[in-house]
Amino acid sequence: MADDFDPQRPSRRPRNQGPGGGEQPGAPGDQAQQPAEPAPSPAPDTVDLNAEWQNAGVQQVLDELDRELIGLQPVKRRIRETAALLLVERARTRMGLTHETPTLHMSFTGNPGTGKTTVAMRMADLLHRLGYLRRGHVVNVSRDDLVGQYIGHTAPKTKEVVKKAMGGVLFIDEAYNLYRPENERDYGHECIEILLQVMENHRDDLVVILAGYTGAMAKFFQSNPGFRSRIAHHIDFPDFQDDELLEIAKLMLGEQHYQLTEAGEQALKDYIAKRRAQPHFANARSVRNALDRARLRQAMRLFETAEGPLDAAALSTIDAPDIYASRVFKGGLDSDHASSEDDGQPAG
Amino acid sequence: MRLTQGTFSFLPDLSDDQIYRQVQYCIDNGWAVSLEYTDDPHPRNTYWEMWNRPMFDNPDAQALIEELKEARAQLATYYIRVVAFDNSHGWEAPRLSFIAHRPAEEPGFRLERTETEKRRQQYTLQPYASAHPPGQRYR
Repeated sequence: MADDFDPQRPSRRPRNQGPGGGEQPGAPGDQAQQPAEPAPSPAPDTVDLNAEWQNAGVQQVLDELDRELIGLQPVKRRIRETAALLLVERARTRMGLTHETPTLHMSFTGNPGTGKTTVAMRMADLLHRLGYLRRGHVVNVSRDDLVGQYIGHTAPKTKEVVKKAMGGVLFIDEAYNLYRPENERDYGHECIEILLQVMENHRDDLVVILAGYTGAMAKFFQSNPGFRSRIAHHIDFPDFQDDELLEIAKLMLGEQHYQLTEAGEQALKDYIAKRRAQPHFANARSVRNALDRARLRQAMRLFETAEGPLDAAALSTIDAPDIYASRVFKGGLDSDHASSEDDGQPAG
Repeated sequence: MRLTQGTFSFLPDLSDDQIYRQVQYCIDNGWAVSLEYTDDPHPRNTYWEMWNRPMFDNPDAQALIEELKEARAQLATYYIRVVAFDNSHGWEAPRLSFIAHRPAEEPGFRLERTETEKRRQQYTLQPYASAHPPGQRYR
């Protein structure tokens, strides 16, 4: 029988639930195939957590996290703790000490551009490696994808999304939008009810991560106590420091094979300090936007000043004038509202 | 009489877990899985009703299992089958289909013999259940 199609599949899913059409007693295939669990049949007496840690590839994910994400120390610490907890939990399950699946739903709160989406991807990867998710993909949705426009539209829409997220992470961006207290006929309620049900009944199948800005999410949890109690891990994302933002900027440029001159670096430092004080500051996202525009200006500068052929270094160097030309240095966003060069929207 | 049709007709009915694995195999191959049901399971009836929509973009088979559970709850007296359709060029056909649910009682088929000219025999399969109108055929 073609039973080994997916040997990767963890044994976490409860088997044979529901009114099974194919579970007649005496069906010879059944009993023979079922105990093919990856867990060793006699419960092990000891467990080498370090070896487990290595084997599961947890360290690899955490290293990647360290490499790719600057700063965010509290977040990284929480992820490390969560990973340790889940690893111990898994060992306990193998020894037969516990049978419940831990609640893994999370909420990520923090200001715009602090890396919530990126961390969600890493988290999905981590949970997949630990065997708590079967696929480890991330389905990124917002209110529009979940809530319908007329009566009876919301439930099928939400259920579709949930089905898509099975085996992975359902990442709900700006989750506080689901609940609109000012409109009592809002269909968000229906969606919330379904989500709560799914979070309770399908703990094995998917992990829900709610993300949003700190203040709005606090209000959201207050008015929906059901969510608060079903979420085990609340992770708060701090704002980046100026030097961290500079590091991030260099990383972003490096990925695109650009480099900063020394004067350019100083300019970027000034830019970040100034930009932070201005409205709609969105941390790393603001920096990314600034770099995009700096590249634009660099291209123009090359066109206007170049005499003769340019080498690769010239094409990939961003200098101080490219950054100082930003209107952040001319009084900020409020100085020219009509400008087409609009900076960071309040939210992505 | 136990009706057998489709890919695993020679096997006992698959358990949910086995269905999960088969469906996951289909998904991993890029086939679109869907559920179909009928109360007219004559071998020549290829037109089964579709349950909801085909599930194109669910990477995990658990989604289909959930649908199957719901279908079983609502259509306990119907036959339900899983169909995996391959839309790649050159195939454009169902690659795999098997029965995932059957009614509790299956009366089976009557073989009807008709004598035509020169004592020639014509054979027809007639489901006993088809004496009833659609929707009331199986229990």
